Amino acid sequence: MKQVVQAGEIRPPITHIGVIGWVKNNLFNGVFNSILTVVTLFLLWKVVPPFFRWAFIDSAWHTTSQACREAAGACWSIISMNYRFILFGFYPYEQHWRPFLAMLILFGLLFYSRDRSHWKKPLAYGWIIGLFTMGLLMKGGILGLPSVESTQWGGLPLTLLLAVFGLTAAYPLGVILALGRRSRMPGVKILCILYIEMIRGVPLISLLFMSSIIFPLFLPEGVTFNKILRAQVAIILFTAAYIAEVVRGGLQGMSRGQYEAAESIGLNYYLTMRLVILPQALKIVIPPTVSILISAFKDTSLVVIIALFDLLKTTQSVLSNPEWMGFSREAYVFVAILYFLGCFSMSNYSRKLEKELSRGD
Amino acid sequence: MKDFKDSAAREKVPFWLDPKKRAILFQLMTFAMVGLLAYYLTSNTLINLEKQSIATGFSFLQKESSFEIGESLIPYSAANTYARALLVGALNTIKVAFIGIVLTIILGTIIGMARLSTNWLLSKLAAIYIEFMQDIPILLQLFFWYAIFYETLPSSQEALNPGAGIYLSNRGVAFTIPEPHPAHLYMLLAFLVGCVIVYLIRRWARKRQEKTGQIFPVFLVSMGILVGFPLLTWWVLGAPLKMNVPKLGGFNFEGGLTVSPEFIALLLGLVLYTAAFVAEVVRAGIQSVSKGQREAAMSIGLRPVPVLNLVILPQALRVIVPPLTSQMLNLTKNSSLAVAIGYPDFVSVANTTINQTGQSIEGVALIMAVYLFFSLSTSVFMNWYNKRVALVER
Repeated sequence: MKQVVQAGEIRPPITHIGVIGWVKNNLFNGVFNSILTVVTLFLLWKVVPPFFRWAFIDSAWHTTSQACREAAGACWSIISMNYRFILFGFYPYEQHWRPFLAMLILFGLLFYSRDRSHWKKPLAYGWIIGLFTMGLLMKGGILGLPSVESTQWGGLPLTLLLAVFGLTAAYPLGVILALGRRSRMPGVKILCILYIEMIRGVPLISLLFMSSIIFPLFLPEGVTFNKILRAQVAIILFTAAYIAEVVRGGLQGMSRGQYEAAESIGLNYYLTMRLVILPQALKIVIPPTVSILISAFKDTSLVVIIALFDLLKTTQSVLSNPEWMGFSREAYVFVAILYFLGCFSMSNYSRKLEKELSRGD
Repeated sequence: MKDFKDSAAREKVPFWLDPKKRAILFQLMTFAMVGLLAYYLTSNTLINLEKQSIATGFSFLQKESSFEIGESLIPYSAANTYARALLVGALNTIKVAFIGIVLTIILGTIIGMARLSTNWLLSKLAAIYIEFMQDIPILLQLFFWYAIFYETLPSSQEALNPGAGIYLSNRGVAFTIPEPHPAHLYMLLAFLVGCVIVYLIRRWARKRQEKTGQIFPVFLVSMGILVGFPLLTWWVLGAPLKMNVPKLGGFNFEGGLTVSPEFIALLLGLVLYTAAFVAEVVRAGIQSVSKGQREAAMSIGLRPVPVLNLVILPQALRVIVPPLTSQMLNLTKNSSLAVAIGYPDFVSVANTTINQTGQSIEGVALIMAVYLFFSLSTSVFMNWYNKRVALVER
């Protein structure tokens, strides 16, 4: 045994390990890849340093618009001088802490819900109480909080409100539509298919037009809904059709045996769905549901077109102020970063969930 | 067995416990509810319309539109009818969707391939691109590109000139195009004839290969015919070379082909956004073909190009095409956001029509009908395609 050569003594050549080995394997493996790497590096060198210069070195951070126009780089002052309006819109200035607190509650709830071991009944109650508190904070009118009409709501809270309430309300509707589409009753099935395909075939903007122009005509005289609620209804109706399709995918993924087993122990349709099918089917479709949440979040920006003051619209109204005209790039980059942070954390979470679920725990 | 059945039938089952009767009852109730809701909404609407004295129906389509449209594929003026204005809008939608789809597929495929590349740098850059573009709302991107155009680019007097005959300004992009010449028509004809010949050659080559096993270089010959025929026609007809160069006249360019900033911003936004999704589709499709397929194809002596054409692509396309079509449909539906930056697409023209005539119900119904037509025809195509490529199991 003592004559065995120690394997550790022979080390691989220096060109195959460490940094050099990695670079050789990943950047310069072959002529074509080497050319690609060089060209890409050249382009990056052409683009990144000037951008860095524009964004960080030559930029103005907290100045008047006059100083901004003289600076060579980006004018981030448009954000730092107007961030309260961009974030909260026409909400009364002294009351800004209320939407801020509401958003904190929302983020807290979202953060706590990340862990799947917390998904129990108390969390559901927590959400109900949380959503109720948020509504109360925004609306006011009791507990000494001055009332703020929903026409004054705007900015980021409005965007989040449209997305979160939209999805919360659309989810049960979507599940019902999906069950209807899989139903054995032809009448119900046809109605659900018609609804789902109609909605999925038209752009959201046509539904928003409908909600803002036609919806008032649908109601008897004297009954009016405010604009935000109408847009919210359009977003709910739109999102529900997409959720229905995702849930249908989950229902189709269930094996026949599950239905047969439930029937054989004498469960009726309602109990079969509630106790056997839906808990499994909805678990399968969690990742695609998160992607629907992402699109719903992005799609709320469309309410700009019917002149609701969401995050994008407040930004645009800052830009239409002659003092800050011409700094669209900086303002839009800021809004893009906010949207990116929201969507990226959601899609990251969805990937994490997908891994967890596919491990089968 | 017979006895049992009879006894079961004799036993009286109340109708609410009989699943069949219950189903009928339930459906009747559903229909009644939907019907009642529809009746309620319609009657309210009719009352409201009468109060505001708005006539229902599509007769307004024949009236004079009296608004101008910035760009149009067919002759149009404010004296034309609303119907024609809407047609102009629909054609503009089709124009931006068609060009957008072609560019998106090209760019999306390139990015998808880059994502799969063994080159670490390229793959990571593609991943960053995909993540960024997917996470920023398309409307925001459209606003951004539009702002870049009218804020960053100089006026047409000081237009940038990045390449020969191309002028970039905040009024759009002006291209140099060949002066119209009768030869162009013949070139188009020659191209069409070439297409027919290529089709015949393909059929003949396939038959010959099945019979004799000899392979005919179809691709090279086809390319030669498709490019060569029009070029030959052009040369025979005297090789007209006169170009229509855009010249600065007053505030804008005259001559050449000017593309509006709205169109470019819309196209750029749609293509860059949708390409990120297409790249993911392409990547998933190619990854769905297992490594063994490539190795098996190479082991029977196929060269890289036939490996791709005969083994990888037919299998990958089966996975790629359905989500790809839905992305193309998304692009078409997203083109309706043109209304936000002022490109006269169908929604934008319909919106103007609604504002002028007050015919909101008809206007929105038209918008929905047009997009439903696009998506239904796409799903018809999809069903046909799925049948065609479905695995034939033995």
